[in-house]
Amino acid sequence: MPMLRLEKRPSPSRFWQGMTPVLAVVLTMIAGGILFAALGKNPVEAIRTIFWDPLFNAQFASYSRPQLLVKAGPLILIAIGLSLGFRAGIWNIGAEGQYIMGALAGAAVGLAFYPADHWFLFPLMVVAGALGGWLWAMVPAILKTRFNTNEILVSLLMVYIAQNILASMSLGLLRNPEGGGFPGSRNLSQYPAASNPELIAGTGMHWGVIAAFMAVIAAYILLQRHILGFHIKLAGQAPRAARFAGVNPTGLVLLCMGISGALAGLAGLFEVAGPAGQISIDFNVGYGFTAIIVAFLGRLNPIGILLAGLLMALTYIGGELAQFMLGLPAAAIQAFQGMLLFFLLAVDLLSNYRVRFGARAEAA
Amino acid sequence: MFGGIDPGLLIASLMVASVPIILAAIGELVVERAGVLNLGVEGMMIMGAVCGFIMAVQTGSAVLGFVGGALGGAALSLIFALLTQFLLANQVASGLALTLFGLGLSSLLGQGFVGIRPPATAALPFGALAEIPFLGRVLFGHDWVVYLSIASVAATWWVLRSTRLGLILRAVGENHDAAHALGYKVRRIRVLAILFGGAMAGMGGAYVSLVRVPQWTDGITAGAGWIALAIVVFAAWRPWRALIGAYLFGGISVLQLNLQAAGARIPVEYLSMSPYLITILVLVIMSSGKGKAALNAPASLGQTFHASR
Repeated sequence: MPMLRLEKRPSPSRFWQGMTPVLAVVLTMIAGGILFAALGKNPVEAIRTIFWDPLFNAQFASYSRPQLLVKAGPLILIAIGLSLGFRAGIWNIGAEGQYIMGALAGAAVGLAFYPADHWFLFPLMVVAGALGGWLWAMVPAILKTRFNTNEILVSLLMVYIAQNILASMSLGLLRNPEGGGFPGSRNLSQYPAASNPELIAGTGMHWGVIAAFMAVIAAYILLQRHILGFHIKLAGQAPRAARFAGVNPTGLVLLCMGISGALAGLAGLFEVAGPAGQISIDFNVGYGFTAIIVAFLGRLNPIGILLAGLLMALTYIGGELAQFMLGLPAAAIQAFQGMLLFFLLAVDLLSNYRVRFGARAEAA
Repeated sequence: MFGGIDPGLLIASLMVASVPIILAAIGELVVERAGVLNLGVEGMMIMGAVCGFIMAVQTGSAVLGFVGGALGGAALSLIFALLTQFLLANQVASGLALTLFGLGLSSLLGQGFVGIRPPATAALPFGALAEIPFLGRVLFGHDWVVYLSIASVAATWWVLRSTRLGLILRAVGENHDAAHALGYKVRRIRVLAILFGGAMAGMGGAYVSLVRVPQWTDGITAGAGWIALAIVVFAAWRPWRALIGAYLFGGISVLQLNLQAAGARIPVEYLSMSPYLITILVLVIMSSGKGKAALNAPASLGQTFHASR
């Protein structure tokens, strides 16, 4: 049997760093095809329906193409925030909760003014949304810096608390008084002063997408040109060296958690005032968790995240299409997205290690 | 407020409520003692819940259901073992991937099984012993998995403390380079620990879908895996303290369910979030001040091992 041996590269291979996401996508398509075949669907047709038809099929593209930006916006916005923390070794995995709380805070401000028509209402909601997400992220951040509590567990547990608050709000405080007793708030997208409409008809472009693009540019400049970006990268790669270089670990945790919380909160606000339209028990569709995959697929690099967000949005839209056309279960798409992260982590080996063939000198 | 609640019944039901978390936490405790941080407990639990449920419904045997649950959890953990031990992937990210994938796959597998009742898991027949007023209910009124969960705590404590196997496992977890230099198979030991953790989480998940609920719905484990992870930290990586932590948590969730049923004036949503809130609170207490749980953490926890020589 030919033996495989791993040799650590002195520094990660640039070629493989760029190639691994592509390789992971290809491998996921193959494994996904096998999964779809096991479900009794034609794998080639399923893959084509997910990745090709939403963009290029004459019948569906007119509806699907705008959806690409609608879905990619929140994913990119959240993933950019997460990537800063992940780079610094700070694991905020509760973006879903921060997204919910941002949406709740922003929507509450909008609903409090109903039906007044002020020009400042939407900007105020944006601020409230960011603040809501920021505050929710500050809980794990402060517990970590003050009490050394594990931020992974706390931020995740806060998601379950946020979901309960969301249920309570949509059944109680924020329920539409004219909704005939149905759960869910007033429809913000039909309240002009508080709505986040499609800005250019037929593109899916709304304020959240613009915010996502701005976040990509800001993160790129921060990481490439600013000392803070350097500190973030240094803290992740060499924590000891970072401390000698005068990086304040407490400040870094508060900053990274704060930025990712605020961006997730913004994503929630833009979603609830635009595409979702109202606060309801299940208006959140798991963007906060999928954004973790987007951040890794984009290699924690702003430009990469932009592309990864678009690709992941495509699997959402294509998944819906496949559900509608082929009867492929929605859960299959979720498993498919999870698979992508597996393959990504697996092939990442190639950028950090050299694979050598031949017998090894010593047994492991 | 608690007047209507019988203490014997409360203790008996908190013992049942804690079983999934005890099993999952003991599994994860062994994994972490071997120096591996597997954050995919939630994913392995839900895979165990769905596989156990399918197996039990198909075979008509609840016991085989638990075997199926253990196999389901272990199968998913094998992916984690492959990623982290052979492909040297980041453990935090791999664990998250396991949870995301497990949630999707379980919902896919469970599609035809919504609304079915699984075969019952009856209490063990202790005969007259179960009739003793208070103790009977607490000690002799349970199904076999409850006793298994307590036995697993005792066994893990004994193995870690007094056996050669436990010593090797701890050595690997404290300093993998030294253990490797001594000739122990670090990777093999860790893979076995990960599989054990997966099987235990899977059984815990099966207990949720076969006994606690008992039926299949998407996302049925509702964060129990994350709470099990928190309990391992709370326990400072010691088995008996994990049992105490799980009972504490089980007590809170039973109490809040009783309050919900009794029509307490606190809204249902706030009662439902209380277990998560209290878990956070306990984590804070444990990791600060005199608790200093972090000092007990296995020294190699979460670090990738690559034998260069």
